[in-house]
Amino acid sequence: MTVTNVDYGRPRDPAGSGTPQAVDLRGVHKSFGSVQAVRGIDLDITPGEIVAFLGPNGAGKTSTIDIILGLSRPTAGEVAVFGMQPRQAIARGLVSAVMQTGGLLKDLTVAETAQYTASLFAQSRPVAEVLKRAGITAIADRKVGKCSGGEQQRLRFAMALLSDPELLVLDEPTTGMDVEGRRGFWAAIREDAAKGRTVLFATHYLEEADDYADRIILVRQGQIVADGTGAEIKALAAGRTVRATLPGADEATLRGIAGADSVEVRGDTVLVHATDSDAVARYLLTSTPARDLEITTRGIEDAFIALTSDDADTTTKTTGESR
Amino acid sequence: MSTSVATPDLTGRRAPGLGGFNITVLRLEVRRLLRNRRTVLFTMVLPVVFFLIFGLNKQYANDRAGHGNVSAFIMISMALYGAILATTSGGAMVSIERAAGWSRQLRLTPLSPAAYIAIKMLTALVLGLGSVVAVYAVGALTGKPSMPGYLWLVTGLCVWVGSLLFAAFGLFMGYLLPTENVMQILSFALLLFSFGGGLFIPLSQFPHVLQTIAQYTPLYGLNQIVHDPLTGGRFHVAWLANVLVWLAIFAGGAAWRFRKDTARV
Repeated sequence: MTVTNVDYGRPRDPAGSGTPQAVDLRGVHKSFGSVQAVRGIDLDITPGEIVAFLGPNGAGKTSTIDIILGLSRPTAGEVAVFGMQPRQAIARGLVSAVMQTGGLLKDLTVAETAQYTASLFAQSRPVAEVLKRAGITAIADRKVGKCSGGEQQRLRFAMALLSDPELLVLDEPTTGMDVEGRRGFWAAIREDAAKGRTVLFATHYLEEADDYADRIILVRQGQIVADGTGAEIKALAAGRTVRATLPGADEATLRGIAGADSVEVRGDTVLVHATDSDAVARYLLTSTPARDLEITTRGIEDAFIALTSDDADTTTKTTGESR
Repeated sequence: MSTSVATPDLTGRRAPGLGGFNITVLRLEVRRLLRNRRTVLFTMVLPVVFFLIFGLNKQYANDRAGHGNVSAFIMISMALYGAILATTSGGAMVSIERAAGWSRQLRLTPLSPAAYIAIKMLTALVLGLGSVVAVYAVGALTGKPSMPGYLWLVTGLCVWVGSLLFAAFGLFMGYLLPTENVMQILSFALLLFSFGGGLFIPLSQFPHVLQTIAQYTPLYGLNQIVHDPLTGGRFHVAWLANVLVWLAIFAGGAAWRFRKDTARV
């Protein structure tokens, strides 16, 4: 597959005010032994954005998030969070995170867990307030070990709100939640983000990314393959694929067909992804010796899979998403 | 959804003092330990029961032992046993916290690793103090142990401060053993150490070879030191050497594992 890179060129200092970017990654690589989890990521996140990090398991999402949070160190490249080292930003309560699983003590109550966390920061929001915002006031005195997965996730969210962070990072926050739990969780996040907090969340659900993010960053095999709004990402998926048998096809010529977005040549088979599939089909049948022509529609999910999955042409192995 | 450029307030933000160490956390940690019935049973109830069984025996309880009687001697032994169980439990909590991912969660807060260790050590010491106070209080209530008033204080303090050695042991093992059941393994180890240190049976009743080996076990030196104010001040440097060498091993081991654990990979 041709890697489609939609870079809408976001300015590094949009306000021109010297306010640093919420997240600034430059050429970040991360290897675990011979496994390359992150292979050169450049990323700017402007304060106030809600960004989805979308990709399949093992794409390098968690590795990248760990680097942003200072939990791991990049093998190469630079990372700055609000112009600081991640650890400094965390110590000042500028960044907090909701991790996938774990990170809670079963023998503390919900309220105690929040008190514990709150006491570690120089400044924090009142415990009662964050419990209310996360919708868990009613279970404040319940032991964490007795809470459901969804309740525990809301507690992690409440803990993340305590320092009133400028950047909230969520790593696959709705894993294991049912539909209702997922909806409720996002409603809380959305309400919160309306106040201007920057949010970065990792997900492997396209729908979730499309529904809740201003901007979607598609990652595959440790690299960014597309970066744009939900509509822009969906546009990549629009159109149809024309497939035909055409020995000796010239990729450059095919790319020149009006309406063709991307071209792939596999031996005698050509695959043309096009917004105007009729024009491509007409051209192939009238101006070339193409035969066995086939036109198929790609759904959004298919497009997502096509953009993010590892295809046969790629010789590199799937990178493990290490934590 | 907000697409406008917010200007985050970065200047008003500061990191907490003392690496995040504070009293609220200490209070919650102690509460957590006390909430664990198993911990309370082993660190406070068990040593008290042992004292009631062994420390009141009419055959020897009132026999003279240095500046006091045998009952007082046994009370000190049992307080030490309780205190080392308490501090080991406190230190070994890191194992449970690592297994639960709590240690990782704490790395997303300002809490510094050094402050975390300080909290664990202090929590262990608070629990250790609970053990000493429980055994001494029950001892006083029975009226059997006899020694000069100041020796109650001095020996109690020696036991309490000395039990810090086992907070280091618990911490080392907590980082070494990745299990939620770490204390089940450690209570067995502590039982062996207690026999080796002569807490339950005087070492003089052991065969000669075992007596020699026992002198190198981690509780031997400490047990001798905490009883020394009562038995009469024949202090041996070898006891202190035993404590210091084991402290170096436990603290060094804990520091080594701790560095591995908190290293950013």
